[in-house]
Amino acid sequence: MTLLAVRDLSLRIGPTPILSDVTFDIATGEVFGLVGESGSGKSMTALALMGLLPGTARTEGQAHFGDIDLLAQDDAAMTRLRGRDVGMIFQEPMTALNPMKTIGDQVAETLLIHRAASRADARRVAREKLERVGLPPDRFPLSLYPHELSGGQRQRVAIAMAIALRPRLLIADEPTTALDVTTQAQILDLLQGLVRDEGLALLLITHDLAVVAGMARHVAVMQHGRIVETGPVERIFRAPGKDYTRQLLAASDHRPARKPQMPTSNPQALLSVDNAVREYVLPRPSAFAAHPRLRAVDGVSLAIRPGESLGLVGESGCGKSTLTRAILGLDALQGGTIRLGGAPVIAGRSMSPTLRARVQAVFQDPYGSFNPRHRVDRLVAEPFHLIGLPPDAEDRIAAALEEVGLSAADRHKYIHEFSGGQRQRIAIARALIIRPDLIVLDEAVSALDVRVRAQVLDLLARLQESHGLAYLFISHDLSVVRAVTDRVLVMQSGRIVEAGETARVFASPEHPYTRRLIAAAPTIPDAWKEHAHAD
Amino acid sequence: MTRYLFRRTLSLALSLLAASLVIFLAIEIVPGDPASYMLGLNASPETVAALRDQLGLNAAPPARYLSWVGGMMRGDFGISYTYRVPVADLVAQRLQVSLPLALFALALSALVAFPAGLLAAARRGRATDTAIMGATQLGIALPNFWFAMLLVLVFALHWRIFPAGGFPGWDGGIGAGLAALTLPAIALALPQAAILARVLRSALIETEGQDYIRTARAKGLTRTQTLIRHALRNAMIPVLTILGMQFSFLLAGAIIIENVFYLPGLGRLIFQAITQRDLIVVESVVMILVFAVILVTFLVDLAYALVDPRLRRRA
Amino acid sequence: MRLSLHLGLALTLAALLAAGVSLLWTPYDPAALSIAEKLRPPSAAHWFGTDHFGRDIAAMLMAGARTSIAVALVAVGIGMGLGVPLGLLAAARHGGMADEVVMRGNDLIFAFPSLVIAILITAVFGPSAFNAILAIGIFNIPVFARVARGGALSLWTLDFIRAAEVAGKGAVRISAEHILPNISNLLIVQGTIQFSLGILAEAGLSYVGLGAQPPTPSWGRMLAEAQTMVTLAPHVAIFPGLAIVLTVFGLNLLGDGLRDRLDPRLRARA
Repeated sequence: MTLLAVRDLSLRIGPTPILSDVTFDIATGEVFGLVGESGSGKSMTALALMGLLPGTARTEGQAHFGDIDLLAQDDAAMTRLRGRDVGMIFQEPMTALNPMKTIGDQVAETLLIHRAASRADARRVAREKLERVGLPPDRFPLSLYPHELSGGQRQRVAIAMAIALRPRLLIADEPTTALDVTTQAQILDLLQGLVRDEGLALLLITHDLAVVAGMARHVAVMQHGRIVETGPVERIFRAPGKDYTRQLLAASDHRPARKPQMPTSNPQALLSVDNAVREYVLPRPSAFAAHPRLRAVDGVSLAIRPGESLGLVGESGCGKSTLTRAILGLDALQGGTIRLGGAPVIAGRSMSPTLRARVQAVFQDPYGSFNPRHRVDRLVAEPFHLIGLPPDAEDRIAAALEEVGLSAADRHKYIHEFSGGQRQRIAIARALIIRPDLIVLDEAVSALDVRVRAQVLDLLARLQESHGLAYLFISHDLSVVRAVTDRVLVMQSGRIVEAGETARVFASPEHPYTRRLIAAAPTIPDAWKEHAHAD
Repeated sequence: MTRYLFRRTLSLALSLLAASLVIFLAIEIVPGDPASYMLGLNASPETVAALRDQLGLNAAPPARYLSWVGGMMRGDFGISYTYRVPVADLVAQRLQVSLPLALFALALSALVAFPAGLLAAARRGRATDTAIMGATQLGIALPNFWFAMLLVLVFALHWRIFPAGGFPGWDGGIGAGLAALTLPAIALALPQAAILARVLRSALIETEGQDYIRTARAKGLTRTQTLIRHALRNAMIPVLTILGMQFSFLLAGAIIIENVFYLPGLGRLIFQAITQRDLIVVESVVMILVFAVILVTFLVDLAYALVDPRLRRRA
Repeated sequence: MRLSLHLGLALTLAALLAAGVSLLWTPYDPAALSIAEKLRPPSAAHWFGTDHFGRDIAAMLMAGARTSIAVALVAVGIGMGLGVPLGLLAAARHGGMADEVVMRGNDLIFAFPSLVIAILITAVFGPSAFNAILAIGIFNIPVFARVARGGALSLWTLDFIRAAEVAGKGAVRISAEHILPNISNLLIVQGTIQFSLGILAEAGLSYVGLGAQPPTPSWGRMLAEAQTMVTLAPHVAIFPGLAIVLTVFGLNLLGDGLRDRLDPRLRARA
């Protein structure tokens, strides 16, 4: 039975068209996936259905929900509907809850605002719902504040708020994108359980095809504000009808062609980390207690050989970033040593610029990685600070830009004139320009859409081969690490819990944590991919 | 919470210590010999020596500082050189005017600013908002002492509703006292209210852009409900900061305004002391003013903890 | 709000122009006494009338603009010159000793409103326009330090600072090359606000006798002298007050307009 029938939904904000003729059906009690890259209009579709668009937005078309048209309701009618018949959760659990109110009050508010219960009943229901989403009363009393919970727990509270009145439809906009992979798996499990037990339908909006493959019965693929293709998930994945869908599927588990480095071919380590320790002093828990200490990096040893790709995976807070800063010579260690080509890496002025010049880095955020006031030539030339500006700097800037697939003329532009993918290419050009031996790629493709990500991974593979570069590839995304590294290290709570050849670690993980990580990562079933790989 | 309280109290004590040192240095060390300064050029060496003796200036500076601070802790602020009475008594008497005036103005300012700020935020971008914002922009530009002169011109001299100046004392009844403070309080309050209203409006608008406001709307709250139930409390943090800072502006403003209305408050006292070169009074009154500002900052910090659970309890 | 920016710019330029022209020309000598002409209402000969000594108010206002603007400008210069480097230092050493010292120093100065600083200076050295500059300037230091530190802290979290560190650049170089240019908008906007507050503060200090002394012309002192004559000749009090209000109003509008113009967040939303 159809619960929601969206027909020819079009949307403009001011003069800009955002959505055109969006049409799809969601059946009662099903999970419906809405996938697309950033800016495709997925979130706007959800906000249009909820009536939460900005004031300048104009919609056309219909969205039949039972016997009413969601798009034809005035704000008062939508207010009665929201939270009661349609619930919604958002991407960023860290900011989605009011920091000033207890979680009990925030869940109970859903009932109180719709006058569905007395104050005491509302708290009782809040208690039940929090328990239902996996927050038992003994550890999670109603009196907790959001800042006392982790991201995953906060997302559970947000879900409890959204389902408190048993709505028929739950809209989840990228509900797990901001979460670690094991937490993501738990939240997806919870959502699936709710659909099964409470009979609600779930509109799951995501950029991650693997998440949809594991969750949804039907899927719609969006691009540029239009539905490219819609149908049952398995059929779309096995036999995509449109080029765009095919490209997305191919890019989502793209493996660049690369020659694996044989571990024996070059035994001399380029970078060696030996028993590294880095502690942080935390604030005192009470006025006279001693400062507790956190061992962010706890006895880590690793080695990278010239020309090798080493992966480092782990969830947020595992110590990856601290280790990275130490390797880059930005923060000092408290124990252990780091050697680069035999010379010690020490944070501060004592480390020679020529040694520093042997390692460069590419960071995650394509938007925050560049000084917006400098032109591209100055941005790319920044590492020359280490070795002195060479006489042929201009030519080398042009060459570096061309190497990453941009044109030499781009060096006169400012960074805001480039897309996210182009910016990561410029970041790679910046790292490459002084010909380092090692590039640290710190979540360097994590913020990119799948198709762009595939292109950047290809570029990295090509540069590695032509320049004999070594990569330290730091990522939370297992599929990417699997696709581009020779060896992989798994990090948990400051320690390396497993190390080995990438293929071996993924095929037969030894440490329980590694197994948990791999099991939690969503994947598209191999059986669905046969056709795609055939052509 | 105890940790927060402990840190704040420690910083209160340190600020007071540093402030008292600065004041002591400025008044007693920088000018050279305070006694000859106070007596002027024509004083005979004997008189100067006598005053030095009376003020205890022959002791070493550290000892003088300690005895000054120790005295203040016991409520002994020294004896005014010109009035020949304990400074503490003078100050206590003058505070009966200055403190009610500052509080009256603070209350007025909040009373005007909160509705104006809320209304402007709720009607954001519409005519009401533009009108309120235009008015506040003018309010901020208004020098309070000039505004006070205009108020006197209209309400005291033309319409004769309020007295033009002077203070009858509280003995004559609360009504007469309040009437004498009304125009000064309005003159002080309105420019401050303009600032407060602007801060409240922008804090509310900033808060309304937060994710949790969208979450609240998705739960079925109306725009007004989200404003009252979710935005207001979160917007209180910047508003508290400004309220705290306003106290010091009001205090400084009161010193000026007392001169417009001939009110016998701390402001008049300190200006008389400056003209009469009574450094004892200047030193103590400045310390009291600074103490008041530091204390209010401390109270605002405590208020943060009441408003914000993140400071109250620790994860 | 295009209009507010333009109106603000016009009012600010008018004040600057009046101050500039007064160096070369004023309708009358602002110090020339003429008891026969005292307390004349505005007329063709004296646009804004005359005061109790028969001095031309228009001429005095032009000369007074010079004092107000000079005091406020120098005070902003002191605040920026000392506050911005301190704020940048505090941000670069965030959480460290230098940060703590700068912030505590800031708190300490905040406990001394500029009027109190002026009282302290005047009590010891006697009143002068220089006191006003010093008092307002000192109070500006923590304001700029705070703005610079806040802006710098949010930039220090960005990856382009990481990239500069990887390129071997130290905190001083990064602050000068990457941080300062990116907080210049914030500083310009804060500068106009402190400029307008400086004009208000100078007027207040001169009004109570802690600022400019005769014969230095000053709006605040004109108001102090007008106070006893308000009933007799309101224009003596009204015009200097209007001069202050319009200048400060203009600067505030300019600051708001610049903020809307320079803040990329707001620009993108518009």
